[in-house]
Amino acid sequence: MTLTAHAPASTGTPSPDLLDFSGVTMRFDTGTVALEDVDLTVRRGEFVTVVGPSGCGKSTLLRIASGLETATAGTASVSTDRIGYVFQDATLLPWRTVQRNVELLAELNGQSSQERQGKAAAAIELVGLTGFESSLPKQLSGGMRMRTSLARSLTLDPELFLFDEPFGALDEITRERLNDELLRLFVEQQFAGLFITHSVSEAVYLSTRVVVMSGRPGHIVKTFDVPFPMPRDPDIRYSAEFGELVGEVSHALREGHR
Amino acid sequence: MAIDTAPRTTTQGRSPVPGQVTVRRSSAKVIWWQPALAFVAIIAVWYLIAGIFALQGRSFLWPAPHEVLIALVAEPTAAATIWPALLNSVLVAITGLAIAVVIGVTIAVLMAQARWIERSFFPYAVVLQCVPILAITPLIGAIVGYNFAGKVVVTVIISLFPIIANTLFGLLSADRAQRELFQLQRASRWTLLTKLQFPAAMPSFMLGLRTAAGLSVIGAVIGDQLMGQGSPGLGSAISVFSSRIQAPETWASLLVASAFGVAVFLLFGLLSRLAVGKWFDLG
Repeated sequence: MTLTAHAPASTGTPSPDLLDFSGVTMRFDTGTVALEDVDLTVRRGEFVTVVGPSGCGKSTLLRIASGLETATAGTASVSTDRIGYVFQDATLLPWRTVQRNVELLAELNGQSSQERQGKAAAAIELVGLTGFESSLPKQLSGGMRMRTSLARSLTLDPELFLFDEPFGALDEITRERLNDELLRLFVEQQFAGLFITHSVSEAVYLSTRVVVMSGRPGHIVKTFDVPFPMPRDPDIRYSAEFGELVGEVSHALREGHR
Repeated sequence: MAIDTAPRTTTQGRSPVPGQVTVRRSSAKVIWWQPALAFVAIIAVWYLIAGIFALQGRSFLWPAPHEVLIALVAEPTAAATIWPALLNSVLVAITGLAIAVVIGVTIAVLMAQARWIERSFFPYAVVLQCVPILAITPLIGAIVGYNFAGKVVVTVIISLFPIIANTLFGLLSADRAQRELFQLQRASRWTLLTKLQFPAAMPSFMLGLRTAAGLSVIGAVIGDQLMGQGSPGLGSAISVFSSRIQAPETWASLLVASAFGVAVFLLFGLLSRLAVGKWFDLG
């Protein structure tokens, strides 16, 4: 197999494919096959969401894309170094304030404190946490912690943003609000997104393309292009077309689970 | 005919009456008098037992509280032994604890680097804790001497284990996603240790330090009793006074040793609060 993850983007015309998986298969030492022959492409300007049942290897896709795991077969190439990764939990460091948590990645990359403070302040403003810079994680709500986590990744100015079910633990109202904010960031910051979720309506609402995966071993069952324009009207969630698409995706999900 | 629609009155007696609800008061503000009351009770019982011993003509076994107090503050010969002894024991305890922290943290950091190192060496840390200190005193004495150094070694052996165990547990407490966050930025092992594992280990380390500090007091006193040479500490004072059947002086030394232990425990509790109380719920 070949792996060309993290090859820096060429200086000329940037390649439209930020992430390109072909025939990616993941077999763990335990014998479990998490992914089987997955072809997936994420281009600039795209927000791709993967929906699938629990344990179908969705998260493994992100782990391979980010370099945390190496595929056992197939080609996984990522043509950017600027990758944001948002975990299921906010994974904040509880002893650091919001400001210092957001600064963390820039700090790990060896940037000067002045540089990272500026970046952190900008990112904190983007996620609407201005005024909470000196709060500790334990003083924040779940939604605010996730915003902090988003801000932390935004300081990397990512070209490719990976989301591993980031809003799964939040209540419906907070989740919808964060979905809107995420879409606003997607339009403003122009990153490409690869988003994992098990909520079909969240998938349809956020993405330009929805990929449905089957249960283990995970493989792609069907792909849907989402026709609604960006920036997206929050009320589109209650339109007939939206409902119809959610229905089709859910149907494909059920088919794939059999 | 009118039908009686008035509410039945049979349940009236059982209906809750507003204002009769008793609220259990457990406010922290009023709790101080409870231990104070207990203290008075303890002193009273102490006097009672001392009285019984005195009636039997054996007051040398159980002195009255005020006799202990006199020995402690107003009797020049006893005071001249006890206070310098306290100082010597404090010195042994501090030195022993400091060495235990350095050795313990180093061992824990090494064990945290790889699972196989932990699995290979942790059992020996447990063995160290199980060593009967009395049995190896002659060995320690023969190697480093029955003096200050010997007492410090006893203190280190007694207080080392909680530091290793708690620091190791703390270092490994950072969760996988947090570690991966560092891994994604290609952070070095050193960066991972200083920016993630050390801060994450602090609450657990402070807990271990508090336990070890208490044990270092015990180590200093016992070590002093077992090792005959060097500047005498509280252990020697207790041995000497009790061999001379000087009950008030013996008890005064015991009291000082206990107060030393309590002071150390409180001090390290305060230190924990200062170090991690802001972000970690110490309970």
